Parts: sequence; C-alpha cells; structure tokens
Amino acid sequence: MSDAAQNTAAARPGRLREFWFYFSENRGAVIGFYVFLAFVVMAAGADILAPYSPTEQFREHTLVPPFWQDGGSSQFLLGTDPLGRDMLSRLLHGARYSFLVGLVVVTVASIGGISVGLLAGFAPKWVDTIIMRIMDIILSFPSLLLALVLVAILGPSLTNAMLAIAIVLQPHYVRLTRAAVLTERSKDYVTSARVAGASLPHRMFKTVLPNCLAPIIVQAALSFSTAILDVAALGFLGMGAQPPTPEWGTMLAEAREFILRAWWVVTLPGLAILITVLAINLMGDGLRDALDPKLKRS
Amino acid sequence: MLRYLLARLVTFLPTFIGVTLISFAFIRVLPGDPIIVMAGERGMSQERYDALQAELGFDRPILTQYWDYLGGVLQGDLGNSFVTKRPVWDEFFALFPATLELSICAMILAIALGLPAGVIAAVNRGKFFDRTLMSAALVGYSMPIFWWALLLIIVFSGNLGWTPVSGRIDLLYFFDDVTGFMLIDSALSGQEGAFRSAVRHLILPTIVLGTIPLAVIARQTRSAMLEVLSEDYIRTAKAKGLSPGRINGLHALRNALIPVITVIGLSVGTLLAGAILTETIFSWPGIGKWMVDSISRRDYPVVQGGLMMIALIVMLVNLTVDVLYGLINPKVRKQ
Repeated sequence: MSDAAQNTAAARPGRLREFWFYFSENRGAVIGFYVFLAFVVMAAGADILAPYSPTEQFREHTLVPPFWQDGGSSQFLLGTDPLGRDMLSRLLHGARYSFLVGLVVVTVASIGGISVGLLAGFAPKWVDTIIMRIMDIILSFPSLLLALVLVAILGPSLTNAMLAIAIVLQPHYVRLTRAAVLTERSKDYVTSARVAGASLPHRMFKTVLPNCLAPIIVQAALSFSTAILDVAALGFLGMGAQPPTPEWGTMLAEAREFILRAWWVVTLPGLAILITVLAINLMGDGLRDALDPKLKRS
Repeated sequence: MLRYLLARLVTFLPTFIGVTLISFAFIRVLPGDPIIVMAGERGMSQERYDALQAELGFDRPILTQYWDYLGGVLQGDLGNSFVTKRPVWDEFFALFPATLELSICAMILAIALGLPAGVIAAVNRGKFFDRTLMSAALVGYSMPIFWWALLLIIVFSGNLGWTPVSGRIDLLYFFDDVTGFMLIDSALSGQEGAFRSAVRHLILPTIVLGTIPLAVIARQTRSAMLEVLSEDYIRTAKAKGLSPGRINGLHALRNALIPVITVIGLSVGTLLAGAILTETIFSWPGIGKWMVDSISRRDYPVVQGGLMMIALIVMLVNLTVDVLYGLINPKVRKQ
C-alpha cells in the first residue's frame, strides 16, 4: 500500500489500474460510478434521447400520468406537467443543467480555492493570517443563506446561482490546500528542490501541488454533489434558473401546487436529484478510500 | 486554559468585525440602489429620494456609515424594516424562538437516532445491519430536503391525513406568548388539545430538518467508534473479561464522543441553512422564512440584520464548541 504522495505524484505505469484496484474494492463506489456515467450520457445526449423538446407544450395533454398508471399513455412515458410538457424530455434536459452546474461550480471553486490556498501556504505569516481570517468569515455564514443573499442582489439566474455557490464552497478548498501545503512544505524533497534552485512558482505548482491533490480530488467530488443540491435548492426558492428552464429544482418549485393532484410532477425531479447526488457521494467515498490511505477503511 | 480561551477570543473579534463588514457591504457595494428598489414600479420624486437618502444615511461617507452601523449593532439597533417599519432587532427575537424550537427538536431527533445507529453499526461492522444502516445514512446525507418535505406532505398530510401541512398550531387555539416555544406555551395554556396540535405541527418539519444531521451523526459516530474499538485499551478491557455492553457503552463510546460532539456543533450552520428551506415549505414562522420573504421583498435592512445575526449565532456556537473541546481535550489547548 503506497501513501498519498506516491499515489498521485509518481508517474509510474499502471497508476490508473492501481487506482481502479482500490476504487473497485468499494462496491458502492463502482455502482455510483456507473450511475454517474449514465447521468453524463443523458446530459450529453439529451437532444437525441429526449422524445420532445423540453419546452414544447401539448395543450390537450396536461397532467397525463406516467404510462403504467391509469390514463397514462406510451406517448408520454413519464407523463406530462401542468402545461402539457413531456416530463421525460424535461428530466433528460435537466440532467444537462445539473451536470453543467456541478462542473462549473467545482472548476471555479477549486481553481480559486487552490490558488488562494497555495498562496496562503507559501506567503509570509501575516498574508496567511489575513487570508484564513477572510475564509473564517465566509464560513460563518450558512452557505445556502449567503448564496441566497448574493443571488438576490446579483439578480436571480442560473449563472449567478452557480457563481454564488462557487464563492460559498471555495473556502473549503483554501483550507484543504493550505493544510496540505504546510505539511508538504517542510518535507525534505521541497527543501532539496529549493536548494537545487527551483523558483517559487515551480516549487508551488510543480513540486508541492501534485502531492496535495488527493484530498482536493475527494473534496471536488463531494462539492460536485453539494453544488447540484444547492443550486437546485436555489431554483426551488425561485432564486436559481428561471422557468421554463428544465432545471430540476426549478421544476419542483413549479410543480409544488400540484403536489396532491399529480405526484409524478413532484416526485420525479426530486428523485433525479437524489439519485445523481447519491451516485456522486458513493463515488466520493470510493475516491477517498482509493486516494487517501490514511482514511482507508474507516 | 485561560490562554487558550483568550487565543480563541482574539480570533473571534476580527471574524465578528468581518461579518458586520460583509453584511454592511452587501447593500451598498453591490449593484442596485435600495431606495429605487423600495420605490418599486411607481418610482419617486427627487425630493422624496433625497429625504430617504438622508434618513437612511446613504448620503454620508461610507466609512461614517459603517461606523454608525457598527455602533448600532453593538447597541442592538439594526435599523427598521422597510416593510413593517418595526425594528429588525425586535422582529428577529420575536421569530427566533420558532426556529430555535424547531432546530432543538431536529437536533434531539438526530442525536437520539444517530448515536445509537452509529454505535450499533460499528459494533456489527460489515454485517447486514451495518450495511443497511450506512446505506440509509448515505441516502439521508444526499437528500434534497425540500423534496423530502414535499414527499412527506404527500404521504402523511395528503394520503393519510395525519399531520397538518403548515404553521405551528391550529388557528382554533389562542393563548399568550410566554416563552415563544409553542410546545411549552400550549401546555401552559391548559387548553384541551392545544399541546397535541402543536406536536402534530412539529413532527414533519422536525423530520425534514433532522434528516441530514441524523445521517452525518450516524456516519461520524460509526467511524469514531471503529477507530476507538481498535485501540489497545479496548483489547485490555476485553481481556479483563468486561461485558461487551460495558466496553462498547462506557469505554468506547465515551472516547468516540469527542469528534461526534464537534460534528454536532458544526451542524448548527447546516441546521440554520436547512431551516430556510424547511420553514419556507411548512410556512413555519421562524427566521428562515423571514429571511426568504425579506429577500424576495427586497427588505434590505432585514436581510442585512438577519444575515449578521445568523452568522453571529453560528460563530458563538462554534466558539462554545471550541472552548468545550479544549475543556475535554487538553491536547487541543496546547496547540
């Protein structure tokens, strides 16, 4: 069993295979991985897979139940919503938004957080203190509340919701990166790199960063699912994607008043969120087991 | 210990000032003029605009404004709501008991179920029970709680008709606010059925709000227990011939509790964020719903004041947890 540093830094052949070996020990993680793969395929192929356009309204077919229920038809496999739009098509297109949300939020939050964390880890003590204090301040606000207020002021839209969630999630990356950098920085290989004349940027990005990546990758997986949940929550509160966008949270908000008359318009979008988030969290657990031997089998 | 306490307080103060700075800056720095927003569609005359600007102090230099704001905060003055014209401070404390009551119930639920679940799972590690429980915990952890709330409403309020959909108590009952906690007040009122009505209103929101903390506590307890169970002193206890109940309950759980308590303390923020969604769905008249309503009404003084107060609560709880942690664990104090 190798430690985290070797696992990510040494570019020996078969690294991927070794990773898969540990990853696949966790059966849940493998299931999560395949579900996530299916989710990505749905997101990518929504245009081909969906039978109708997500915004096309069949006015004479409003609130048709799913096909297995009385009154359902094979024309609309998962039924239609109050405006007669096909649920299946909307859900498939919704996968696209959720995937986009996860990707954008994680990219923005991790790039920002890693850079600031590296800076904090290498900078003089007072810069470090100021940065960490700012992160403490951001973390004092419940994340959803801060995102809500940010979006309220920037104006409700999917882009602003993603931006707000990215800002709120970013301190976690800063803390993780800084902690990892501080541990690595005092190790001999970093000292020898400095003695060998490696420049500061080289030491930051080439020497130290690759050895800090393991916990960050795990965090990225976990914040992918947090991002999907939070943006859906903002959509549900009317502060995220705006109708008629088939974003899952927004769909739930639109369907709320039909909760007791048509279970499928409420149940299905939420189920889609739950399955996606669950799959990603399962995968995250497996990633942690595979990349972070310290936490292994806990 | 005193030094540790002081060190914690020293980091608390700048964070507090930062929090006031952020909630102050939100209105003024970000785009959108709050006075124009207040006027709404009708618009307003230039004189009225100037008068309002002077009234709210927006015409003064930004530093003076912040200084006044900070002074007000320290004296419990957070300005008045644009909508109700009442002091934000008073509104906050009028609504806070509702949120507190709901949060306490959710936390009790989470601890009462999560702790035993985590212990049992750890003791039966790898067995069917452990796997089922941890799968359930992962589902709970991944749950979009706003959807979970709607599902529970469909089943328990819609199909079974067991629980009401919204509010804290039936409108039939009317009694004085003594503590602000509906459970206590309704019991004190002595009215037939009032307490039962309060309990029935509380059940679904409690479950919804408690779900994620419950899952987190169960997972954390399990992993902390597993770590402790592999320690030498547990083996010694076993070798001494102590009963498994005594080992698990007394020796292992007590030591496993330290990280669990930290997690419980840290989930206060989660709880307050969850309260925003839960209260909105169940029309629960607490600060979460108040914030959401104020945000959509663009009631900036409320948003600003509420944001600061909530952050302050989270900070105070974290500080308390840190201090308690230092009390329990001398190693922390030394750092």
